[in-house]
Amino acid sequence: MSAGADSGQVVGAAEVLAGRRRVELLRRLRTGSPFGGTIGLVGVVLALAIVAVCFLGPLIYSTNQVDVDPLKAFLPPSGEHPLGTDSQGFDVLGRLMEGGRASLQIGVFAALVATVIGTLYGATAGLAGGIVDAVMMRFVDVMMSVPFLFVVLIVSTKFNSSAWSLSLILGLFSWLIPARLVRAEVLSLKTRDYVLAARSMGASGPSLVFRHLIPNSLGVVVVNITFQVADAILAVATLGFLGFGLSYPHTDWGGQLSAGVNYLLSGYWWLIYPVGLCLVAVVLAFNLIGEALRDTLDRRRTL
Amino acid sequence: MARYLARRLATSLVVVIGISIVVFLLLNAMSGAPGRSVLGPSASPEAVDAFNHKEGFDRPVVVQYLSYVQGLVQGDLGRSYKLNQDVGELLAQNAGRSAMLSLAALLLALAVAVPLGIYQARRRNRRSDSAITAATFMLYASPQFFLAVVAIEIFSVQLQLLPAQASQSRSAFVIFTDPRAMLLPILTLAAANIAIFARYQRSAALDQLGQDYIKVARAKGVSERKIVRSHLLRNSSLPLITLVGVSVPALLAGNLVIESVFNYPGLGLLFINSLAREDYPVLLAYTLIGGVLTVLGNLIGDLLVAIVDPRIELS
Repeated sequence: MSAGADSGQVVGAAEVLAGRRRVELLRRLRTGSPFGGTIGLVGVVLALAIVAVCFLGPLIYSTNQVDVDPLKAFLPPSGEHPLGTDSQGFDVLGRLMEGGRASLQIGVFAALVATVIGTLYGATAGLAGGIVDAVMMRFVDVMMSVPFLFVVLIVSTKFNSSAWSLSLILGLFSWLIPARLVRAEVLSLKTRDYVLAARSMGASGPSLVFRHLIPNSLGVVVVNITFQVADAILAVATLGFLGFGLSYPHTDWGGQLSAGVNYLLSGYWWLIYPVGLCLVAVVLAFNLIGEALRDTLDRRRTL
Repeated sequence: MARYLARRLATSLVVVIGISIVVFLLLNAMSGAPGRSVLGPSASPEAVDAFNHKEGFDRPVVVQYLSYVQGLVQGDLGRSYKLNQDVGELLAQNAGRSAMLSLAALLLALAVAVPLGIYQARRRNRRSDSAITAATFMLYASPQFFLAVVAIEIFSVQLQLLPAQASQSRSAFVIFTDPRAMLLPILTLAAANIAIFARYQRSAALDQLGQDYIKVARAKGVSERKIVRSHLLRNSSLPLITLVGVSVPALLAGNLVIESVFNYPGLGLLFINSLAREDYPVLLAYTLIGGVLTVLGNLIGDLLVAIVDPRIELS
């Protein structure tokens, strides 16, 4: 909101220098992020590696994640157990794969739920305009101001935590940002000629939304999904860490870390660092992909 | 300005009323009538009904909401049946410690992030900028509880320098009386904010560095130090005011996690314990307060920017 106020005055002068500005802009875009195009690549490789290990890893490295074996508890990393064993005698590497599958599934599904709700909501509000839009967006303002983690914690205590219920809860309370993004897109799209043309030919509301407005605002939505996945994985890990995640025998990375913390003073570092670093890596990967996608989208728009 | 202020206040009030409705309905749907959990499993159904009737939990939700709001206006936040204590009193006992923790972490984060972001902007795309950007990306991706656990593992378990638990003192000024025990909680709470603030500060400073007035100052031969101090610092810190206002929910969530890891008796720990106790009046009151603080953060941020930056048209 502050940028618009002062850039207006320089437009006149800038028009004269339009050519030069364009070159300058291009230069800045290319050098905007210190890593240029590599961050997206790093993100994709990291994400693919994690997904491959979690979903395909068990095919190569199969471990017993069912039978508790107290005699094998707390074994330090060795040839047999590359990352040691936990308090139940489960192999930590195998446990990581299992927890990672849950964390990734919940993260992706929550992001999808949030995106679908947000996209429909935002498109409806933007298209309706007027008082309907004002009321709908005021509701978004309200929900934005309700502390997310608090509400999600309260709701998740009430339900028997499964991967599905957790992702539904997270998704139901995180559709606000996609709703705002899509509404803003739709507001600008609906004045475009092709939308006006479709309207004048008698296209109905739903067909406008689904055939024109949503497909054309997909760029913003896709960029947001990646951030949404990262946030959902963080949120579910926080729930798990605080003791409101998946319940035994299921496991997620947050819960695993929290179980490891109980033995912090015993020096069982392999119960803490591997799982924590996995969390950092997966969140980093999705953030990097989102960052790179956003750069690409911005660049396409400015040119 | 007066008109802008009035309009912002009015919309904030509408949002606060909306928050109270949403949070009340949600908690009401979650908790149901508390008679059974207050009187215990052996109480007769008649006694439970009588209790719910006496306390007004059998009234329509709308009536319950209005009477709750009436209480709020009179400063009554309800009563915790689990602890048999006034919720307002309970929150007030813990609020000071949480506020001091948040404030210390926020100030530390700003003190680190502002110079860091400006430094990065001035060395844009050099190796040091890239290294710091990489570090802030990593920090941003790290869950706060993991940072806290790593801090404990390194500083308490391995090096045995600092206590693993926060001070258990009941004083709000424990930060000054027992700083050693508060160092790790403050540091870990500040860490995540440093990552966010520094990235914003970097991009805001980059925007300013490209402006004509900086070029003019340089052409006039003003020293680089003076440019940074008197032009860059002040102008590029504006966006940060808004950002700090917007980061209230993140700070509250951070308090929840950090207080829980370090067992620091504040509002966050109270919230976690109330979750386990299913103590809904406490959860309701603190969630509401969190919502109001969020609205206040946004409002104060916007107003401060409007006051500090005369270019913003208030409409």
